[in-house]
Amino acid sequence: MSYSLDHVISMKDFTREMIDEVLELAEKLEPFARGRPCRMLENKLLALLFYEPSTRTRLSFDAAIKRLGGSSINFGMVEASSVSKGETLADTIQVVSEYADAIVLRHPKEGAARMASDYSSVPVINAGDGEGHHPTQTLLDLYTIKRESKLEEIDIALVGDLRYGRTVHSFAYALSLYGVNIYLVSPPQLQMPQHIKSDLVHRGITIRETNNIEDVLGKIDVLYMTRIQKERFAEQSEYLAVAGSYRLGSEMLYSARENLIIMHPLPRVNEIDASVDATSHARYFKQSFYGVPTRMAVLVKLLGVKI
Amino acid sequence: MCVKKELLVRPIEHGTVIDHINAGQALNVIRIIGIAGSTGSVVSIAMNVASKQMELKDIVKIEGRELSSKQVDKISLISPDATINIIRNYDVISKYNVELPEEITGIVRCNNPDCITNSDEPVASSFTVTKKPVILRCKYCDHIISEEIAEQLI
Repeated sequence: MSYSLDHVISMKDFTREMIDEVLELAEKLEPFARGRPCRMLENKLLALLFYEPSTRTRLSFDAAIKRLGGSSINFGMVEASSVSKGETLADTIQVVSEYADAIVLRHPKEGAARMASDYSSVPVINAGDGEGHHPTQTLLDLYTIKRESKLEEIDIALVGDLRYGRTVHSFAYALSLYGVNIYLVSPPQLQMPQHIKSDLVHRGITIRETNNIEDVLGKIDVLYMTRIQKERFAEQSEYLAVAGSYRLGSEMLYSARENLIIMHPLPRVNEIDASVDATSHARYFKQSFYGVPTRMAVLVKLLGVKI
Repeated sequence: MCVKKELLVRPIEHGTVIDHINAGQALNVIRIIGIAGSTGSVVSIAMNVASKQMELKDIVKIEGRELSSKQVDKISLISPDATINIIRNYDVISKYNVELPEEITGIVRCNNPDCITNSDEPVASSFTVTKKPVILRCKYCDHIISEEIAEQLI
């Protein structure tokens, strides 16, 4: 059954049916993401409000609207906008929602997108709110698995900072809708919070925990790497020791299943050695590309276009 | 032999008795009601009193005061079993249990410093409330407050 979306703020607002619908739509739109001419969103204007730096998210939304025949506006650098004069986000949103047909927002404060949706007369898409949600990242991650592996009954390892990164929490929740087996691989100080693990177990999925990436490499279909951030550690030496033990090199992949895919939301620092790029397992650049059809699907859904 | 029972605090003529307050929370209830040393009202506080229902409880009696619905909502967050008795001429003319609202707005501060509600935006904090135990979840940033709720009351 088709549903309508008002805003895209958090993965918690999505049911499995809603996710499936977006992923199916993304697949139909993929040829347009690769350049086939399209006027589906002609005359639609997307506002890109980025209060924090972004490369992939910003460019892929821009590519998505333009490849579908629409266009985009943005306020450039925050320093050059009214924000530097002290304008509230609530005011900016009320102004911009009169200019554009939808708003993509990245903001340093958690809950900013939810608040923006209270003030906006057009759909708001959360493109990251501080440590909070980033739902289109989760959707594109799911789409990557669907396209490059399969979404059901797979074994997946989530590696790195599983404590603070809430996008990895919402990714885990979304995966739980697909009955996967999850391995959590992180240093003890960055383990997934207990309440999230219990929630996942209640949802009927199997979770196993380890702090050694090599324990899981031969047992999984999907390896999802994340960045371990320096600022999470009190001591630089502690960070270096942990970061070093979560570095994936091509020499470690000898035991990997043939169909293993390796994902990373990027940017990577040194979690994945460049030697992995040439292996048949690397999918992180493709994953970045899949951001375009996935975001196209979200835009088409939000702007109510039937295809 | 008959054991003479004595009242811990004397009855009040007009005002409010808040009974079945969670043991140890009476001073927070006083803070919610806005009673300060200079208030002038007669206020009696009993703490850690034996109770049939809840083992130990606190009681607060205030002369000449009735509570606003916002104050009752705040009390419900720190003492979900509290009862409010309205007293006129030494009689209880009305008695009710506090009721935890399903959603609260503008009465508790989010304890996440990075939450949008802790910025200069014109937005009031808002939480969904689950009961037993009381857990507040911020509508905006999803952070959970389950302990020391009294510390976050606005």
